[in-house]
Amino acid sequence: MSSNSFAYNEQSGGGEATELGQEATSTISPSGAFGLFSSDLKKNEDLKQMLESNKDSAKLDAMKRIVGMIAKGKNASELFPAVVKNVASKNIEIKKLVYVYLVRYAEEQQDLALLSISTFQRALKDPNQLIRASALRVLSSIRVPIIVPIMMLAIKEAAADLSPYVRKNAAHAIQKLYSLDPEQKEMLIEVIEKLLKDKSILVAGSVVMAFEEVCPDRIDLIHKNYRKLCNLLVDVEEWGQVVIIHMLTRYARTQFVSPWREDDGLEDNEKSFYDSDDEQKEKTDKRKKPYTMDPDHRLLIRNTKPLLQSRNAAVVMAVAQLYWHISPKSEAGIISKSLVRLLRSNREVQYIVLQNIATMSIQRKGMFEPYLKSFYVRSTDPTMIKTLKLEILTNLANEANISTLLREFQTYVKSQDKQFAAATIQTIGRCAANISEVTDTCLSGLVCLLSNRDEIVVAESVVVIKKLLQMQPAQHGEIIKHMAKLLDSITVPVARASILWLIGENCERVPKIAPDVLRKMAKSFTSEDDLVKLQILNLGAKLYLTNSKQTKLLTQYILNLGKYDQNYDIRDRTRFIRQLIVPNEKSGALSKYAKKIFLAQKPAPLLESPFKDRDHFQLGTLSHTLNAKAAGYLELSNWPEVAPDPSVRNVEVIDLAKEWTPAGKAKNENPTKKFYSESEEEEDSSDSSSDSGSESGSESGEEDEEGDSSEDSSEDSSSEPESESGRQSDTENRRVAKRNSKTKGKGDSKDEKKENEKSKTSDSSNAESSSVEESSSDSESESESESESESRKVTKEKEKKTKQDRNRLATDVSLLDLDDCQYSCLCANENSCAASSNEWKRTSCPLFLSKTALYFW
Amino acid sequence: MKMIHSLFLINCSGDIFLEKHWKSVVSQSVCDYFFEAQEKAADVENVPPVISTPHHYLISIYRDKLFFVSVIQTEVPPLFVIEFLHRVADTFQDYFGECSEAAIKDNVVIVYELLEEMLDNGFPLATESNILKELIKPPTILRSVVNSITGSSNVGDTLPTGQLSNIPWRRAGVKYTNNEAYFDVVEEIDAIIDKSGSTVFAEIQGVIDACIKLSGMPDLSLSFMNPRLLDDVSFHPCIRFKRWESERVLSFIPPDGNFRLISYRVSSQNLVAIPVYVKHSISFKENSSCGRFDVTIGPKQNMGKTIEGVTVTVHMPKVVLNMNLTPTQGSYTFDPVTKVLTWDVGKITPQKLPSLKGLVNLQSGAPKPEENPSLNIQFKIQQLAISGLKVNRLDMYGEKYKPFKGVKYVTKAGKFQVRT
Repeated sequence: MSSNSFAYNEQSGGGEATELGQEATSTISPSGAFGLFSSDLKKNEDLKQMLESNKDSAKLDAMKRIVGMIAKGKNASELFPAVVKNVASKNIEIKKLVYVYLVRYAEEQQDLALLSISTFQRALKDPNQLIRASALRVLSSIRVPIIVPIMMLAIKEAAADLSPYVRKNAAHAIQKLYSLDPEQKEMLIEVIEKLLKDKSILVAGSVVMAFEEVCPDRIDLIHKNYRKLCNLLVDVEEWGQVVIIHMLTRYARTQFVSPWREDDGLEDNEKSFYDSDDEQKEKTDKRKKPYTMDPDHRLLIRNTKPLLQSRNAAVVMAVAQLYWHISPKSEAGIISKSLVRLLRSNREVQYIVLQNIATMSIQRKGMFEPYLKSFYVRSTDPTMIKTLKLEILTNLANEANISTLLREFQTYVKSQDKQFAAATIQTIGRCAANISEVTDTCLSGLVCLLSNRDEIVVAESVVVIKKLLQMQPAQHGEIIKHMAKLLDSITVPVARASILWLIGENCERVPKIAPDVLRKMAKSFTSEDDLVKLQILNLGAKLYLTNSKQTKLLTQYILNLGKYDQNYDIRDRTRFIRQLIVPNEKSGALSKYAKKIFLAQKPAPLLESPFKDRDHFQLGTLSHTLNAKAAGYLELSNWPEVAPDPSVRNVEVIDLAKEWTPAGKAKNENPTKKFYSESEEEEDSSDSSSDSGSESGSESGEEDEEGDSSEDSSEDSSSEPESESGRQSDTENRRVAKRNSKTKGKGDSKDEKKENEKSKTSDSSNAESSSVEESSSDSESESESESESESRKVTKEKEKKTKQDRNRLATDVSLLDLDDCQYSCLCANENSCAASSNEWKRTSCPLFLSKTALYFW
Repeated sequence: MKMIHSLFLINCSGDIFLEKHWKSVVSQSVCDYFFEAQEKAADVENVPPVISTPHHYLISIYRDKLFFVSVIQTEVPPLFVIEFLHRVADTFQDYFGECSEAAIKDNVVIVYELLEEMLDNGFPLATESNILKELIKPPTILRSVVNSITGSSNVGDTLPTGQLSNIPWRRAGVKYTNNEAYFDVVEEIDAIIDKSGSTVFAEIQGVIDACIKLSGMPDLSLSFMNPRLLDDVSFHPCIRFKRWESERVLSFIPPDGNFRLISYRVSSQNLVAIPVYVKHSISFKENSSCGRFDVTIGPKQNMGKTIEGVTVTVHMPKVVLNMNLTPTQGSYTFDPVTKVLTWDVGKITPQKLPSLKGLVNLQSGAPKPEENPSLNIQFKIQQLAISGLKVNRLDMYGEKYKPFKGVKYVTKAGKFQVRT
């Protein structure tokens, strides 16, 4: 093949006529059809020349044009030999574009693609991590089976790379290799197992992704990493979060016992009362053996909660489905607020979220009832959004809100969007059927609509009224008469058929009208729609059986018409009916029962939501949206009866202990440690409160009160005429001037406070002291410092102090300046040694420590 | 989960003008299913975002008159794809100033490079604008001139520092001579007002958009006078969640440049002040080919601020042929094809309330419209956050310089609809 490419180059170099070029092309691109693109070929000639040239700029230009061709979907495969030679270009942009080209065409030109492999193998050893990573990316994207062993080797090496970025790419490469050659599964699982242990937030999402792709059933690989994943989750990038949350949902359903009590489903509304009480009570309530939630189960639920606040709709939805599928039912309520928030987003997000809410609202009405009005329809919504909102409104309708809803529906019925108006009428029908109090109101409302000018509206009303009347076999003679009159004006077949069916069914209640209707229908039979014809036949049959005196001849006339109808269904039905109802010597035993057959009590139709039972699909999935199992859908298993051994998730303590104490670095790292660890520690303490079942505002009550008072006072003081914030910068300057003097004064007073509160970390005191010092303009100082001290009291309780920190507590003033220095040196540090920055994160995670401690003691 | 297999960009007239594949190539013909659905939907807004075809699933978004159609092969959370596609469109917007067919075609190489970086094997790799900009520099005239002379490239050759740090959203080595931090508090009122003028539903949604140009690694905290107004908040990843939970303070190391800091909803207990009222009488006479149209708009609960940028948009019924109206202020247009009436009012002065009056010509013989159209109203009030939210202070730690800080408040109409 390589000789071929050389020959090819000579030709192009010689600049011969297109004829020769074509010949060469035909050997390479089997698709042919070059006759059509002769002008393209000419253009490609000059591209080839540019690629041959010595100048990078020409090459770059050529590559840019080629990428343009690829983007438009034009075939550029014949340039492969010329392009592939540039794979080792020094110019990084050329190189990248060559990569783009290679990935696109390597599959078609496998032999030539091999020429580039050695370049990548070399790049895999490059000291620059970006180059290593991108070499791995391209190498693994070249779908050429021969290089599978090379890829495998590269992945294994990259998985052990020092750079987490390269390891992340290794995780991506796993999936690519797996789809190229599933035979490698076992080896790949080994790599996955190794990468799952990785503690970098960069790697976590990607490796879980690979896990889901390659071996989703190997749940055992997750055990040891479960707690780590839960704890890392908040810091992982958004896309990784989605994948991890979905995986952990599946995991939780296999490893923990159900937190749902049996009576949960029945007492949806009462549950909110229990909420405020602590879980202890709920537990003792249980008749069976008391349920205690596995702390790991709790850990997952607790750690995902902050992600409801994510800006990424996919993350919010992922958490929502996690709560729906694995949290105690009493706690799932918190997701509704976030889901409703997503409704402000673009229409695509709305569409998916509304679908999921529709499914949820059927089962647990109470969750979304407070947000009823958020589902009101605007005339500017697209129809698909309108109908989904309507669906949810229907699900939420109950005795209490139905009158408000019906008033709202009245507006919708008049909508210019007729499809939506029709859907509204269906909805009214469903409400009428579900809520017996309003059945009559709805029915009369629907009857009013029968005089509507729009045919679609009338037709839909007829169909819905038919269903409703069928459910209530009470006396509705008037309505039926009214509808019989409509037959003269309505042309929509479904509606006509419905009316005829209704009259037939109730023919004994309207003995005078029914035969007359049949007469009219007999007249128009031939011009009716098939659907209507069938119902005319039915009506005739029923009347023949109940009132043969008046209708015998009419019916026979209709049967004769039906006998010669063009539609075989109608001919069939005619034959069947004739044999059944008209007695003759041949008619079998069945005709005796004809009346019973035709006028049997028919079960009323059930008006149900199309979203009923959709929750057997995991929420938020493609399968749920399509209401059909999508390829690769992973079933959510049922809760196990007995929890599998929880100790499998324990991690050896020694292992972790080593990593926690990078003693040498500790000093420099402290500033970062501060804000991350602070948050983690708070998390720890709020854990306990959320554990006890309190839902909203996970802070302790006392702090709430304090916050209130301090806020009030600060609000008062700030009601000065000038709008503070706008001019902050002005006042800022003044503050700077005062800064030094103030620092001293403050510092003194602060020292006193310090002594009162015996334990505090130096870091947070730094931050606070500086904030107090900066913030306190004279008018505010009092309230400020008050709130400050209060909040400090709280943090005091929360924070555990380390010995190191205590030592570093020097005088406040000097610390202030020190603080700044530490910050800047931290920044430098953070950027330079990225690998270890992740290390710090782990070390600075006391939650991690306390958790494991908890599990081992 | 194989995520995104291929992406097609399609313009309004149905031309596929860009395609990108992250795995083996999927033929353009897969888009036929999309076109089919588009035809069925009649309206671009109604094209279902998820379409199932025999071998693939198509998930699409509609943005700026373009369809982004992605091809999926296996189960994936649909929102994941939708959110990502919007992120792609956002990135184009960020890079080229607009997300249009022309801009994408002009910058096709950058688009390709971006897509290559944003997705690896169909899974998102780098979506933070700060990281992308280090990898691929946005096009500027100056840079392209310089590049053509020096031969340097638009592509970075080292790994962006953000990729590896705990704060991937911020690039390192940021330097400004003027250090500035601006915050825009933008609140939108969503409301449905019924015929009689009473409020059916009203809600305030807000965002704080930030423009931060600060050197180094500033650590900011932003506090509010009345944080309890914020009922439901979603955060940019940079915000420390626990700090908000415990102290109601937004504490963060910001990304460089423009970004959305938070979006929030104001708790529903608070009554929403509706800053405008509308008097309207629209009627169509039975059996005649004309109708009357009379709309007056006036200020109400506007906290003493001027209401400006007022526009009224009405989707008139299909039977309306033309409209002959006289505005006392501003100008109006009526598009006889889409039947959309737009009245650009401008500022409302309480002394002389703007009104729009006149006749409506209907198609003769057609039945009169069943329902009066709803009025969609747009307006803007500067220097006011209608919820009363106020930023208290902004503090910066970690850097020594003193930045210039500014906060701006705007209230706008969101989905503000008056039923008539």
